[in-house]
Amino acid sequence: MSKALLRVESLRTHFPVRGDRRRVVRAVDDVTFEVPAGRIVGLVGESGSGKTTIGRSILRLVQATSGRVIFDGTDLLALSEREMRGFRRQLQIIFQDPFSSLNPRMTVAEIIGEALLTHDLAPGKSRRPRTAELLERVGLDAAQMDRYPHEFSGGQRQRIGIARAIAVEPQFIVADEAVSALDVSVQAQVLNLLLDLQQALGLTMLFIAHDLAVVEYLCDDVVVLYLGRVMERAPRERLYTGARHPYTKALLSAVPVPELGHIRDRMLLKGDIPSPIDPPSGCVFRTRCPYAIGDCASVVPPLVEVAPGHAKACIRDDVP
Amino acid sequence: MTTAILSGLRVGFAHAMRRSTLTIGLTVLAVFVLAAIFAPLLTPGPPDVLDIGRRMRPPSSDHWMGTDEFGRDVYTRLVYGGRLSLGIGAMTAFFSAIFGVTLGLLAGFFPVLDRTLSRVIDAMMAFPDILLAIALVAALNPSVANVVLALTVVYTPRIARTVRASTLVIRELPYVEAARALGVSSGRILRVHVLRNLVSPIIVQGTFVFAYAMLAEASLSFLGVGASPERPSWGTMISAARSYYRQADWLALYPGLAIMIAVLSLQMVGDALRDVLDPKLRRSV
Repeated sequence: MSKALLRVESLRTHFPVRGDRRRVVRAVDDVTFEVPAGRIVGLVGESGSGKTTIGRSILRLVQATSGRVIFDGTDLLALSEREMRGFRRQLQIIFQDPFSSLNPRMTVAEIIGEALLTHDLAPGKSRRPRTAELLERVGLDAAQMDRYPHEFSGGQRQRIGIARAIAVEPQFIVADEAVSALDVSVQAQVLNLLLDLQQALGLTMLFIAHDLAVVEYLCDDVVVLYLGRVMERAPRERLYTGARHPYTKALLSAVPVPELGHIRDRMLLKGDIPSPIDPPSGCVFRTRCPYAIGDCASVVPPLVEVAPGHAKACIRDDVP
Repeated sequence: MTTAILSGLRVGFAHAMRRSTLTIGLTVLAVFVLAAIFAPLLTPGPPDVLDIGRRMRPPSSDHWMGTDEFGRDVYTRLVYGGRLSLGIGAMTAFFSAIFGVTLGLLAGFFPVLDRTLSRVIDAMMAFPDILLAIALVAALNPSVANVVLALTVVYTPRIARTVRASTLVIRELPYVEAARALGVSSGRILRVHVLRNLVSPIIVQGTFVFAYAMLAEASLSFLGVGASPERPSWGTMISAARSYYRQADWLALYPGLAIMIAVLSLQMVGDALRDVLDPKLRRSV
């Protein structure tokens, strides 16, 4: 594994519960993982697993409670707002919703121009040609740069969002469910664009998703989250063929297989994800785990390496 | 094919309607404003000429809108009255918008300031509108400036609250997060991302305040704490007409119509402006 560009260490992001100061929502609880330079790491989990909060905590769009986010040797969480501003150019984000992520009252040229303006890239007369170049880079017609976002389709808008992110030439991009709001056919195009940009620009990416098929297509490594904690992390091939954590197995068994006569051996989970305000003791997954034993309630399972690059947080080694 | 033509027609019609709303509204307002400015040229004499011999005469060729209880020409007073009514309405709307938008933006965008500012806004809104205005004008002594000041104090919290609520929503939208992720300064986020998307509610509230300030000025005049007891305004005219409406309905009719038409055209302009300034509606073809 090459050197990590980004390392998240014991990250905790807790939100206060309205009207009750003693209780907190443990959106992210003791999460550690790393993203090697030039690779794409997938962050998967159900809604409420904390994956979006991790992305936002890394970029300091929400305030992390504790932990470290080491980017290229610097702990981003320890920086002042002003110091952080210098790093903003290095880390960008692509949002899930292509509609609310673009200001409806700005033209495409203004939206991308703002990115260039903020970091003094392409000043004055060179801004429009640079904007045109960026639009063409993401597969849009540069002649349309004076149009407003509502004049574009969802896929096109997502491309505008991508152009805005790459405008500042970042090293690292958080793609927060970047394709889940799009039609399947458009998803594939945008995924290919992301992959193409990642390779051409040497980007490092944290790809947040709930769709395991998409993650398998795009990511080099996968981190599986549940209720704000890491359940398992592994290189892609290992995870998809040799998952060791019961939760990962359950997730994988839910992926539809487009094959005639395929009988799925589904592992059904009962109930809903518990409340992060009052998570189960010990292993947070135990309340829905078919293999849970008495000890699961008392021991918080540590993330243990079972093979190089492959770690799981489960005390049972005998899970089939 | 047919549906395409039909929908094309409908869009075209909607556009024409929007344009004509703006044109009609602006034309009527322009007529009112110009009439108020050039009142001496449009009227036979000053608004306070008494003619005791011709009290409460119905409209005739001499007095288009009749005469009032002192024999003054209602038409003349109506034209001059526009100066106070429109002036107070416009100034109140302008200052309330300036202060209201500033306070609302600050309260909505900076949680640190929100506690204090929201308490102040709530406290101000706890007073009944007219009571607060009466108290302020009475304490300061009646004058045009003090009426505008009092009405600004009354209507600023209303605008501030609307702006704060919208700011709270916009602040959390992904495009604002994207701007923060880019490192855009708070000042620019407020100006470009928040304020630009507040244009519609501000216009709606602004026209609303304009109309209400004209009506409130009338109430203040009626209660004796108006801008000026001797200068006419549409509000004072209606107030004075209340005692005679059985004998002389034209006394209240014409200033009432003036207020109604002014408010209506303001709303039309406000509506049309809101649509014209919205990129989604502007180029919907």
